[in-house]
Amino acid sequence: MAEARTAERAAQGEGHPSGDERFALLDKTLRKARYQQDQLIEVLHVAQDLFGHLSEDILIYLARQLKLPPSRVYGVATFYHLFSFTAPGRHSATVCMGTACFVKGAEEIVQQLEAAHDVRSGQTTEDGELTVSTARCVGSCGLAPVVVVDGVVTSHQTAESTLAHVGEVLAKEPTEAST
Amino acid sequence: MAKQIDLHDVAHSELEMRSRYTTRVKACSSTACLSAGAGPVRQALDQAAEREDVNSDVQVVPTGCMGMCSSGPLVRVEPRGAEPTMYAQVTPDIATRIIREHVVVRKLIDEHVLDEDQPFFSRQRKIVLGNAGRIDPERIEDYVAEGGYQALAGALNDLAPEEVIEIIDDSGLRGRGGAGYPTAKKWDMLRRAEGSPKYLIANGDEGDQGAYMDRTIMEDDPHRVIEGMIIAAYATGASHGYIYVRAEYPTAVERLERAIRVARRQGLLGRNILGSDFDLQLEVRIGAGAFVCGEETALMASIEGRRGTPSLRPPYPTEKGLWGQPTMINNVETLANVPAIVANGAEWFGEVGTAQSKGTKVFALAGSLVNTGLIEVPMGITLREIVFDIGGGIPNDGVFKAAQSGGPSGGCLPASLLDSPVDYESLRKLGSMMGSGGLVVMDDSMRMPDVARFYMEFCREESCGKCAPCRTGTVQMHALLDRICEGVGRRRDLQHLESLCRTVRQTSLCGLGQSAPNPVVSTLDHFRHEYLDLLVPDVSYNGTAPSVPPRPQAPDPAVTTKGGSR
Repeated sequence: MAEARTAERAAQGEGHPSGDERFALLDKTLRKARYQQDQLIEVLHVAQDLFGHLSEDILIYLARQLKLPPSRVYGVATFYHLFSFTAPGRHSATVCMGTACFVKGAEEIVQQLEAAHDVRSGQTTEDGELTVSTARCVGSCGLAPVVVVDGVVTSHQTAESTLAHVGEVLAKEPTEAST
Repeated sequence: MAKQIDLHDVAHSELEMRSRYTTRVKACSSTACLSAGAGPVRQALDQAAEREDVNSDVQVVPTGCMGMCSSGPLVRVEPRGAEPTMYAQVTPDIATRIIREHVVVRKLIDEHVLDEDQPFFSRQRKIVLGNAGRIDPERIEDYVAEGGYQALAGALNDLAPEEVIEIIDDSGLRGRGGAGYPTAKKWDMLRRAEGSPKYLIANGDEGDQGAYMDRTIMEDDPHRVIEGMIIAAYATGASHGYIYVRAEYPTAVERLERAIRVARRQGLLGRNILGSDFDLQLEVRIGAGAFVCGEETALMASIEGRRGTPSLRPPYPTEKGLWGQPTMINNVETLANVPAIVANGAEWFGEVGTAQSKGTKVFALAGSLVNTGLIEVPMGITLREIVFDIGGGIPNDGVFKAAQSGGPSGGCLPASLLDSPVDYESLRKLGSMMGSGGLVVMDDSMRMPDVARFYMEFCREESCGKCAPCRTGTVQMHALLDRICEGVGRRRDLQHLESLCRTVRQTSLCGLGQSAPNPVVSTLDHFRHEYLDLLVPDVSYNGTAPSVPPRPQAPDPAVTTKGGSR
């Protein structure tokens, strides 16, 4: 979505000096937040949405913009689970590890996913295709165990059904889900 | 000045609009039902209504959670002047049939009808969730038609702030976040606190796994939360409010932000609310995934854009809170109770519940049960009623083993305690706690030490690292539990574990650490034999050494660490 907007802006000739239009959108967010330092977490969320992850450059940029020490920005960003500092894979499989899902065997699903794709939870496969992670609770406990594949909640999963579904998603055209 | 909403006008025209339809079809569009396929179901309902040309007679309403999430997607058909019918496990095909057969020719699709007289529904008592599953959460008109914002108007017109606090005090409302502190006492403290501005925070940082009560309230009835906050602010003299919501709840954030925008446009927020001289600014703040931010001092740090680490109390937030100003933090469910109490009076509220714990409590019922979902029950109901009447018992003739309440801060209740009432005092006496309302039922296939290890892993991950007892204690307790669960623990490990539980409980800085040992302690209390069975027997005195499995390697943190990398 960000890309489409970027292209639109470029067509109108409103370039950003960095050459990366995502910064124009980030600047807009900063202006809307009136550069207030207590808006750091909100701004970090927007930055991660735009760039996919928080690189060191982005963190330094935000520190300068909000007139905060880089240590503070880094400290806040690393404190919260939802911020990520490495690029996500093209596809994602998030296994809910809430209590209800745990009781119904989510751990088995994680182990099988990790083994099948040779990746550890929280990491991305070497080819950058799949990120496997766990979530605390996605709030669909009646449907446990739940796995979120590319943002879509799938319910009543087993290790086999998850592996089959993830395999299907990975086999799809790579352009479709690219961000 | 913003235009002032005329509540009676809005309610009247909304009711009139509704009466133009002969049938209203409500389609649950809550998160659980959406993941079960409610989106296509609603589309099918709309399309079928169009195809059958009954568009002008039938209104399809997307609503919030209807409760029985395990039977989703749910659809409720409400013909004018006739009994409503609820349908379970609706697919787009069945949705089409609902319109074609039920709505058009009044023929029920028997095999999908869900009996609304069954205990799951009849044993509940809905106050907070009164509108959930009944109104479109994105339309303020729907809320107003159900009597919404009347309590606020009444309070602003006829009651002094002190009188509002008195009503809340008389009602006996206590904090629904888990601790059960009398709400009116907190309000009074903020009212008396010196300093300006004063802040009010709704705590919607629901981090317990298996708990989604606050989320449902915020998603399904956002205006109820907002109305509760405005009344609370009026009573306490707060001029700024924040609703702190987990970032994992994007729908709740979206609906609250929209509701706030609408309320502001209608003169229900901002300056001179409903023509009075009372002002309130409201804002949504988003967390970023940290369980500890449910703790009030950590939550305030997070709102200030800092690391969400707790700080020592006193000073309490009502003296020195957000940006050093007097601040009050109420749970979302607590605030959602307020409009109903102010509208119907303290006596009405006091009729429900027990002497010490008044009103209702919302629970997220999950685990090994026939019916899982979101329920609201009167306080004092027994665990047995919840598990067997409402929950429908254990599926596949399983045996009830334990119910876990209060998440990682709570404890397990075994079968012998099934008849104990569910209220603040009883649960605390039994070594558990009400918690925010997650209730996970386990059958006899679960090993309790595994459950304790699961929760300890959670606490270890979520410990913010500020104080040593919690930071290192949870790591050590988890390692000990790991040894025991893997069958290589010894008696001494269990002794260490128990002594660490005491230390961490007594010396941690905040509630997270103080309650982290609870799942261990309560499972030890009720299921000690399961731990003992797992221990390696010590060398006995007759000289025969038992075979001892090798010590495991030290756990590799990268392997055992689940979830976010810190």
